[in-house]
Amino acid sequence: MDEKRKMIKVYMAGEHFDVPEGSTIITALEYAGFQLKRGVGCREGYCGACATVYREKGDYKLQGGLACQTVVTDGMAITMVPNVPAEKPIYNLDELKPDVSSFIKLFPNVFRCVSCNTCTKACPQEIEVMDYVQAIIRGDLARAADLSFDCIRCGLCALRCPSEIVQYNNAMLAKRLYAKYLAPKSPELENRISEIEKGKYDEEIKNLKTMSKEKISEKYYSREIKIS
Amino acid sequence: MNLPYYPGCTLKANASHFEDSAIKALEKLNCQLQEMKDWVCCGTVFSLSNDDLMLQLSSIRNLLRAEKQGLNELIVLCSMCYNTLKRSKDFITDDKEKLEKVNNFMYMEEVDYKGTVDIYHLLTILKDRITFETIQDKVKKPLNSLKLGAFYGCLLVRPKEYAIDDFEGPTIIEDLLSALGAESLDFAYKLECCGAYQTLTQKDVSLKRSYEIIRSASRAGCEAIVTSCPLCAYNLDFLQKEIDEEQVDFNKIPIFYFTELMSIALGAGWSSKWSELHFVDPEQLLRDKHLL
Repeated sequence: MDEKRKMIKVYMAGEHFDVPEGSTIITALEYAGFQLKRGVGCREGYCGACATVYREKGDYKLQGGLACQTVVTDGMAITMVPNVPAEKPIYNLDELKPDVSSFIKLFPNVFRCVSCNTCTKACPQEIEVMDYVQAIIRGDLARAADLSFDCIRCGLCALRCPSEIVQYNNAMLAKRLYAKYLAPKSPELENRISEIEKGKYDEEIKNLKTMSKEKISEKYYSREIKIS
Repeated sequence: MNLPYYPGCTLKANASHFEDSAIKALEKLNCQLQEMKDWVCCGTVFSLSNDDLMLQLSSIRNLLRAEKQGLNELIVLCSMCYNTLKRSKDFITDDKEKLEKVNNFMYMEEVDYKGTVDIYHLLTILKDRITFETIQDKVKKPLNSLKLGAFYGCLLVRPKEYAIDDFEGPTIIEDLLSALGAESLDFAYKLECCGAYQTLTQKDVSLKRSYEIIRSASRAGCEAIVTSCPLCAYNLDFLQKEIDEEQVDFNKIPIFYFTELMSIALGAGWSSKWSELHFVDPEQLLRDKHLL
């Protein structure tokens, strides 16, 4: 770490720590000596494991963000949320219909949405959470799947919802139903699956499994990519 | 004529035949429903609590977004949405303090709601802007052998400040049906409550209400009931199977949305998809009357 780097103060669990300016919350906390075992994943903003609630100095708002993407500011108070123990019903997609009836059955409380938009305010991915919940309520699963596409299931929406809705599990069901029943089918995918099932690639996979690392590497870098 | 349109959730799901038939029928009158963007649930029931602003947010967000989209009115088909949106609008625009509070809460919308969006039920537009005379002139297939009972329920006429017609003796649906060539018969229970959401928690209440309403209409000679409320339509239609099993003096009759009958009369036809969303078969009656 650059010795001349300016240090700022952050608060974690009521204690203050001096950390380098410009760090993300995760690196700041590790710099301060925390060993983070839960609530850390890819460190690239994709996995959604590091949901964090924070408040900036002089601001009354509790904000939500990903600890790996949010840069610390002087006086910031931080609480990481390692896990959201939200309701997650078990279902069989084959037994569900791609319409509002599946949500009536599995997530009846989604209809308690009062459109307050608190979930959208909380979302670190800037997803229009309330609007996809509303799309689900009216059975527009294509719109719900589209709006919720970037969801990384960090859980902050569900933590803030005054109607106790678990938005991201609703979104997951909407996307699954959309993909299974409503999205345009790709004939290429079906052809490839049938090729795999017929064992077309079995020999090749077997070879790859027994190949040395050097050979695989050589094969990988000399491969030709056909774009048709 | 373009009509800025608020559909509501039920018209996209269990009552999609209501929307579909309205679009088809209105095309024959050279009118297009233009659905507003990014609408949300209307709030479902207008909250009678005077200080719980949370329950007004759904309605107000719709009005705000409509205003943001440059619309100065919204046409609504569902009686429930009509009632909720219109009452919320007055509730909030008449009270500067509440309006400010709601606007502060909805800061993510980036603009404040000012209160410039008017709410109309489609029936009002048909009567006042398009006029029943014009509709009568455009009828291709008069419903002249059909005896119909117009059912208003609660939300089109109560409370009286929000009634789309005379709150004790409305005739707006009857007048429309007469313009379409049908015979409208008055019946005693046309302004009664269908049991509404009691159907979920105290089904007996809704069963009793629906039975009395349908019996009253049948005794007056109605062959079908016409409504504009998806909740009334659900109760009156869905519960008939159960009523039929319990009551000896009961005959099932189909329940129509007024727009379905407009579609037939104006020559836009019937769709078998609509039949699938009915519980009591509507096609038999229409076939008997040579309307299919």
